[in-house]
Amino acid sequence: MKTAPALDVDGLLGDPRMRIIVCCGSGGVGKTTTAAALGLRAAELGRNVVVLTVDPARRLAQSMGLSELDNTPRPVVEYDNGGSLHAMMLDMKRTFDEIIEAHADPDRARQILTNPFYQSLSSSFAGTQEYMAMEKLGQLGRSDEWDLIVVDTPPSRSALDFLDAPERLGRFLDGRVLRLLVAPAKAGGRGAFKLLNVGIGMVTNIANKVIGAQVLKDIQTFVSAFDAMFGGFRERAEQTYKLLQAPGTAFLVVAAPEKDALREASYFVERLAEERMPLAGLVVNRVHRSPAADLSGARSTAAAEDLDRRGGHEVAAAVLRLHADRMRVATRERREQESFMSAHPTVPVAEVPAMPGDVHDLDGLREIGERLAS
Amino acid sequence: MSARDTDWDGVRLHVVTGKGGTGKTTVAAALALALASGGKKVLLVEVEGRQGIAQLFDRPPLPYEEKKIAVAPGGGDVHALAIDPEEAMLEYLEMFYGLRRAGKALTKMGVIDFITTIAPGLRDVLLTGKTTESVRRKDPSGRRVYDAVVLDAPPTGRVVRFLNVTTEVADLARVGPIRTHADMVRGVVASPETAVHFVTLLEEMPVQETLDGIADLRAEGLPPGGVFINMVRPEILPEETLEAAGEDRLDLDELIVGLKAAGLTDDAEETARALAAEVAEHAHRTRLERRERQTLAKADRPRYELPLLADGVDLAGLYELADTIKAQGAA
Repeated sequence: MKTAPALDVDGLLGDPRMRIIVCCGSGGVGKTTTAAALGLRAAELGRNVVVLTVDPARRLAQSMGLSELDNTPRPVVEYDNGGSLHAMMLDMKRTFDEIIEAHADPDRARQILTNPFYQSLSSSFAGTQEYMAMEKLGQLGRSDEWDLIVVDTPPSRSALDFLDAPERLGRFLDGRVLRLLVAPAKAGGRGAFKLLNVGIGMVTNIANKVIGAQVLKDIQTFVSAFDAMFGGFRERAEQTYKLLQAPGTAFLVVAAPEKDALREASYFVERLAEERMPLAGLVVNRVHRSPAADLSGARSTAAAEDLDRRGGHEVAAAVLRLHADRMRVATRERREQESFMSAHPTVPVAEVPAMPGDVHDLDGLREIGERLAS
Repeated sequence: MSARDTDWDGVRLHVVTGKGGTGKTTVAAALALALASGGKKVLLVEVEGRQGIAQLFDRPPLPYEEKKIAVAPGGGDVHALAIDPEEAMLEYLEMFYGLRRAGKALTKMGVIDFITTIAPGLRDVLLTGKTTESVRRKDPSGRRVYDAVVLDAPPTGRVVRFLNVTTEVADLARVGPIRTHADMVRGVVASPETAVHFVTLLEEMPVQETLDGIADLRAEGLPPGGVFINMVRPEILPEETLEAAGEDRLDLDELIVGLKAAGLTDDAEETARALAAEVAEHAHRTRLERRERQTLAKADRPRYELPLLADGVDLAGLYELADTIKAQGAA
């Protein structure tokens, strides 16, 4: 049986040089819970921690004392050793608004904030959430108030959106295409269009037909008001990107022991390597283990069949069958993990055994933290 | 109309949603197989660019093209389509403006990607538009090309907005082809021809999301369908044993005797204790699952239970799930 190097969770959380931990992975694998449990454990180790989460389940949020989206770190717990945990939920629209307010003069800010195109961009553009999570991370990082920031990445269509979206929004906001649509003559893109035998008129014409003249006009107003801020967006996105590559950052890929989740985890590990982002390891949540793992599934099934033949011992037979079932699940999970390990033999792994119920208080989070670290 | 009496006779568009990790794509595929069985033609659609269908059926990535991917029990075909918003945009430009070649040139420049990304809601209209087009499509003799279309939709948190195209594009287009397109989508999605099914596990968070999702759909005048409870573990233990284990009074001696009778004589006592711990945990979990089942009953929607496939989901497993779906009257 292959074994992966063990992930030293306490070593990671307790290392004073470690400033940012990013939890990523596909939806439904327990990312938010993992981020919260890590934050709590780091606080127990004496660090000042803030957990930045995006859209947590209601009860988990309540367990940390978060009842509303207010974009401000709220105290969750404080320890005698000086450690503390704060948590906040990202409000992407408010974060966007605040950036506008901070970087534009009041008149201009008002113009932008009331623009219908800006309003839909800031509340529903695919990628805004990811971008704003990065902005918030950058802000928290620059504030120097925290020893450690634990980030839970937004639930994306695919795990990779999280890395791509900020770049995409950045490219879009200061993009040539946008200017081209709005003011074709100024953009100097005539040559490119000529090469493709497409007239600029055609571009605006299509845009006009598809998205409508009003929207186009809103975009135009938005762009001219926003013009001075484009560069700043790009710059901050680049800064945050560099922050993610810096030595004080660690990525944890979170997965469940299922084929799909581990496949996503694999993509993510490869992608992080490509982007030269520091990967600390893989967390596999909800792993099914058996306290009676020495008794194999096959032997257990055979024993149950034997008892059936003899008659009597119904309870023992049922218990053996239940055990065999559990072992089958455990074996399959093991197999899925092994194929991940074969492809990524050096990635340290921490397994978190499945808990019988959902986690909705600090005790539950503490228990997950213990399981993570053991 | 089919002679069979199923819970969803008359429904042609089955939208399948669920929280991440609940097995949404698996259930959508199994439902498509079940609907196709007995000689029907069903289209299985995915819209999130994840190629989940291809992986499930062990095929290379699907192109933007309807391709047959499976044969259903008793005859019948399942076709699959992975809708790509850019391709859908090109198709749209061609259909309404005859702009195929120009569209292609614009794709190269990133203009199409740009337009489908900037205009909020446009992307969703293109995806749902293509889906509803396949629902309405007729052959020359006037018969619908597909008996049913199954849409592997975005997760519960996003599905209402995804389907609610008219409101989404309201700011975008008050008149014109996009508006007409959106209205056509709405006409199908909000009609009795559509049912939005939820996939859940017997766990607190997915159950809560299911109930919230059903309430949200109702509030928007969209038709909630059934609830598919996925990965249900078989009830192996007799009720008294479960109860005893739950109260920590499982008869250890009886278990030891049983183990020894079955020839597991080495460390029988230790094994029995370990097994008892396992059973106690199982009993605890079963109690929680029963509570979640009761909570789901509040939604007052038809419920179907699909077994956990201990060896994972493979093709054989998909057919097994399809049988279960049929046997419970969902198809």
